[in-house]
Amino acid sequence: MSTTSALGGAIRRREDPALIQGLGRYVDDIKLPGETSAAFVRSPFARAKILSIDTSDALAMDGVLAVYTAADVESLGPLIAQLSFAPRPLLNGGEVKHVGEAVAMVIASDRYVAQDAADAIFVDYEPLEAVIDLKDSLSDRVLIHEGSESNTIISWVGPFGAEPEAQQAVKDGIDAARERDDTVVVSQEMVNQRLIPTAIEPRRVLAEWNPGYNTLNVWSTTQIPHALAGGIAVSLGLPTTSVRVVAPEVGGGFGAKLNVYNDEILVSWASKQLGRPVRWVETRREAANSTIQGRGWIGTATIVGTRDGEILGYDFDGIADMGAYTQNFTVAIPFLGLFVGSGQYKMPTYWKIDCVATNTVTTDAYRGAGRPEAMYYIERIVDMYAREIGMDPAEVRHKNFIPSEEFPVAISPVGFAMDTGDYAMNLDALLETADYAGLRSEQEAARAAGRLVGVGLSTYVEVCGFAPAGLADLGFNWGTYGLPTAFNGSGLVRVNPDATATVIIGTGPSGQGHQTTWAQIVSDRLGIEVDNITVKHGDTTDSPVGIGTFGSRSAAVDGSAAYEAADRVRVKAAKLAAHLLEASEEDIVFADGGAHVAGSPDSSVAWGEIATIAYQTHKAPEGTEPGLESEVFFTPANATWPFGSHLAMVEVDAETGNVEILRYIGMDDCGNVINPMIVDGQVHGGITQGIGQALFEEAIYDSDGNLLSGSMIDYPIPTAGDVPLFELHRTVTPTDVNPMGVKGIGEAGTIGSAQTIVNAVVDAVAPLGVTHIDMPLRPRRVWEAIQEAR
Amino acid sequence: MEITLTVNGQDVSSEVESRTLLVHLIREQLGLTGTHVGCETGYCGACTVHIDGKPVKSCTMLAVQAADTDVTTVEGLANGELHPVQEGFWERHGLQCGYCTPGMIMTAAGMLAENDNPTEDEIRHGIEGNLCRCTGYHNIVRAIEYAAAKMRGEEPAEPDWEVAQ
Amino acid sequence: MYPREFEYLAPTSLDEAVAALASNPGAKVMAGGMSLIPLMKMRLFSPPVVVDIGRIEGLDAIEDRGDHLAVGALVRHADTADSPLVQQYAAALAQAAALTGDAQVRNRGTTCGAIAHADLAADQTAAVLALNATLVAKSASGTREIAAADCFVDTLTSALTPEEILVELLVPKSGDGESSAYTKLGRRGGESDYAVAGAAAWVRKSNGSVDAARVALTGVGTKAVLAGSVSDALVGSDGSASAIEAAATHATDGVTVLEDLYGSVAYKSHLAQVYVKRALAAAIE
Repeated sequence: MSTTSALGGAIRRREDPALIQGLGRYVDDIKLPGETSAAFVRSPFARAKILSIDTSDALAMDGVLAVYTAADVESLGPLIAQLSFAPRPLLNGGEVKHVGEAVAMVIASDRYVAQDAADAIFVDYEPLEAVIDLKDSLSDRVLIHEGSESNTIISWVGPFGAEPEAQQAVKDGIDAARERDDTVVVSQEMVNQRLIPTAIEPRRVLAEWNPGYNTLNVWSTTQIPHALAGGIAVSLGLPTTSVRVVAPEVGGGFGAKLNVYNDEILVSWASKQLGRPVRWVETRREAANSTIQGRGWIGTATIVGTRDGEILGYDFDGIADMGAYTQNFTVAIPFLGLFVGSGQYKMPTYWKIDCVATNTVTTDAYRGAGRPEAMYYIERIVDMYAREIGMDPAEVRHKNFIPSEEFPVAISPVGFAMDTGDYAMNLDALLETADYAGLRSEQEAARAAGRLVGVGLSTYVEVCGFAPAGLADLGFNWGTYGLPTAFNGSGLVRVNPDATATVIIGTGPSGQGHQTTWAQIVSDRLGIEVDNITVKHGDTTDSPVGIGTFGSRSAAVDGSAAYEAADRVRVKAAKLAAHLLEASEEDIVFADGGAHVAGSPDSSVAWGEIATIAYQTHKAPEGTEPGLESEVFFTPANATWPFGSHLAMVEVDAETGNVEILRYIGMDDCGNVINPMIVDGQVHGGITQGIGQALFEEAIYDSDGNLLSGSMIDYPIPTAGDVPLFELHRTVTPTDVNPMGVKGIGEAGTIGSAQTIVNAVVDAVAPLGVTHIDMPLRPRRVWEAIQEAR
Repeated sequence: MEITLTVNGQDVSSEVESRTLLVHLIREQLGLTGTHVGCETGYCGACTVHIDGKPVKSCTMLAVQAADTDVTTVEGLANGELHPVQEGFWERHGLQCGYCTPGMIMTAAGMLAENDNPTEDEIRHGIEGNLCRCTGYHNIVRAIEYAAAKMRGEEPAEPDWEVAQ
Repeated sequence: MYPREFEYLAPTSLDEAVAALASNPGAKVMAGGMSLIPLMKMRLFSPPVVVDIGRIEGLDAIEDRGDHLAVGALVRHADTADSPLVQQYAAALAQAAALTGDAQVRNRGTTCGAIAHADLAADQTAAVLALNATLVAKSASGTREIAAADCFVDTLTSALTPEEILVELLVPKSGDGESSAYTKLGRRGGESDYAVAGAAAWVRKSNGSVDAARVALTGVGTKAVLAGSVSDALVGSDGSASAIEAAATHATDGVTVLEDLYGSVAYKSHLAQVYVKRALAAAIE
């Protein structure tokens, strides 16, 4: 495939020199003359009626330009969301639905004064009973949204796409197997707790209305610049072409910046009202109580199987917490879980989840988004089943994998077509690399010495690379933002007259290294050195409509678009080179900064000459159109299904419940790899977020809906002292749904890791009688589980 | 009130409120935006600068407290050259989104100034006051090891990633 | 994120500082500011006047004064942790300082500030209790000494009055046969971050038996406290592992243990025993 070493090379990142010197430009680093600062007044109640708002003291303060409440922004209408459940107000003037919901916005001369003024606004609330508990919400004892019939917004059921009768038949089959004398039933209710994404850069927005041109410039920490431009345009009643969104350097996203937020629209609108630039800088507390959270499932996983390790059925019955409103992907997150509801196994699966509203911050995509949750339940219950029947957990997995012969395009038990996979090969590679038998011997020796050492395994499959255009009808489109596109990839590749190349993409990275990876892709196709290729991203002005950086989709979908665009440029360039070299087009090879005739490297022409005649077509073959560029929209034949196997070895301090990770070994398979350095980095970070969920992190609400863990003091994310060096390896099973054979790696680490840690910890304390501990496995939980078992 | 201090070797005099945080003096008034703000509780360390040679969190310090001190920000760490820690972060992929990076580099540089041969454990505990959500710290540890080797005049270890496909 | 407005005073002498406190009701003393500034940024605490003692000379020394060490008001956690004097003569305090906050916090925050702030989960509070330190408090009306045992009153409340500055901490030097240690479980496990539970222990042995001991707990209630029953149980024993184990069962006798996000009463009570045991073992080692 490769014509240069660019694809597959561990090339140093091109974005780094600026970032390591403090010269990167993030939203809050961009300063405009005359700019003002916004601050929000937020509800301290989870559910309350607003009786009155007194803004007079705030308005009287020096430096305060304006105070806005719900009535001021009525003309903008509510925010839109996919599968909208209830209107999501820009500012709430009626009944607030969660702690942290915005009820007023102040615009002032600077951020200190804006906060002073926000504090001076008095809001009179009448508190109402809040619904926080998921089972309570499901009961519809109290309805959260006036006029709704139920708190349950939607229920997702698998096998997906089957008639209800067929789904019921699967369930009946599993239930029948339960009743058999020769089967084992293992069932466990488990919590997959709510998490706060916690990108180190909180969200920021800067908006500048230009009255002379009737255009709006918005700089935002967004993962979806085009959708944001569309969302702002729809709300403000502007054509999408009047709104330019720039996502400059973005300090981590993880899904939290994958929304059109009320603040982004309000700040844009205020700039238009006031004729001044307006900036909003989210505080860490606001990041916890007004930006989306992730996960938040409770569910019961059940396996029915034989005593020799054959799984006869898997039943998952869950409830997912949507929070107070639906945002961009809120109800789609559990649906993404359903995609991998039967995991990598060939087992009859009945999978159901009820998506319910609560008086808490809305949930949405957080790294992995539905797939870590789904995989957690499967991989925990498979482990419990293995323990129940006394079989090695690796062997049970092996016995039940979808066989590699069924690929390409295996149909999963929950009804989805999967591209490529070889799960047994991957697991075997992990077991061999890790010396699994040796680790088990080490564990035995440690146990004999009175130490609680555990080995945990998880295999996983995920689904990413969204999406084939055919899924547009399932909600995979930006129609709600006035951009009725499918989730295509897009990219523009241009070879410039000076022999450099420009790649323009409609998405923007938040740490994934697009400037490097895209240059490698185009370098591979055109033989232009990586250093001579510039990748522009994150600016809606001059880019093809891009869907966004999320769901591990960029390389597989947008990268494929750039790949194909480069190929089209190459086809044209080959014609021009053939003309210059008086050779046949078919014999032209691109390498080393130019083209040559196959087998005769001396008969060559540099890209500069090719580009010159591309722009001076009087020197080119008759009929050549001027220019040397191509813009491609790419729709894949299917999503991609990366997979892998992880192993952790941990030690538990029986006295305190403290968990120490001794080893962590990963064997991931994301298909072909463009830059192994970047791929490993994605896995490191993903695993660490999974470890954070497994051991530390939890958005804790009290029964009144107060977030008790809203600062970094009480929401501990992993530090360097909490994680080990990771031992990463990979197998390579390319996909056939895109030209590079790449699948995506952004979320794999997170999807594979939390249950790996929990399985290892439970394995460590199993001799004491512990069978399950709910995350996060803070020392207290582990210790309490040990006490209960004793 | 008027304060004077040295920032990256330059004498600076600035008018600040008593409540102005040092990080805002640095970012908003002096225009040195490499120093970042990530939290409000002094936990994330993105705002780390050196005061009189020692890493401190500039979001948990009033600008007036920094009067008459010598402040170094990431922009002034190597004055256009690359400090070995910066080089290590580039060579060993010690950053992804880059937001925590300036603070992380300042803490690491402060640590290596005192001990250029730290153990992995010393590195990990030395940077506990700097949170990174992207890298899982693996490559940050490797980057700091790379820098330490360079500072000792030794050849850094080979990178970890598997290149062969 | 942004403190409310306040008046900032930066006296250059102690007399000036205590005068400023006396004449400004509600004024707050600031040394390193590591605890105060975050509270002010979140607007959970907004004093009208802040008296920054950071510019007063002569407060940043650790002095050997014969039978005790004097730790000045501006001695940073890092200085305390790295001080050979403290490591040799008051090991528990050096260890607690080394486990306080993180590297940047230790470069800026002060040992005396941590004592005065009296966070329920601080580290050095337990150490000064076990080491039987004395606080020297100065105000416009004079100087007084406060025994560490009388210092911690409640959550974020010490015996210091708002007009007083903790000018130095007097820590008795551990002599022959005397030793001390501090250890804890942090919030993310391990020893980092605030203490879920921690214990400091000081022990004097002579002729093979323990003839005096003092043990203090942090993190388990509203404040750092002495665990007197442990000392009573240990004194007279041989200080062996089994004697320590037996004494540690008294860790929370008479101590009010409270639940928080990191532990139930049962768990924290249990941890108190575990860390008392570990601190004693480390001290005697």
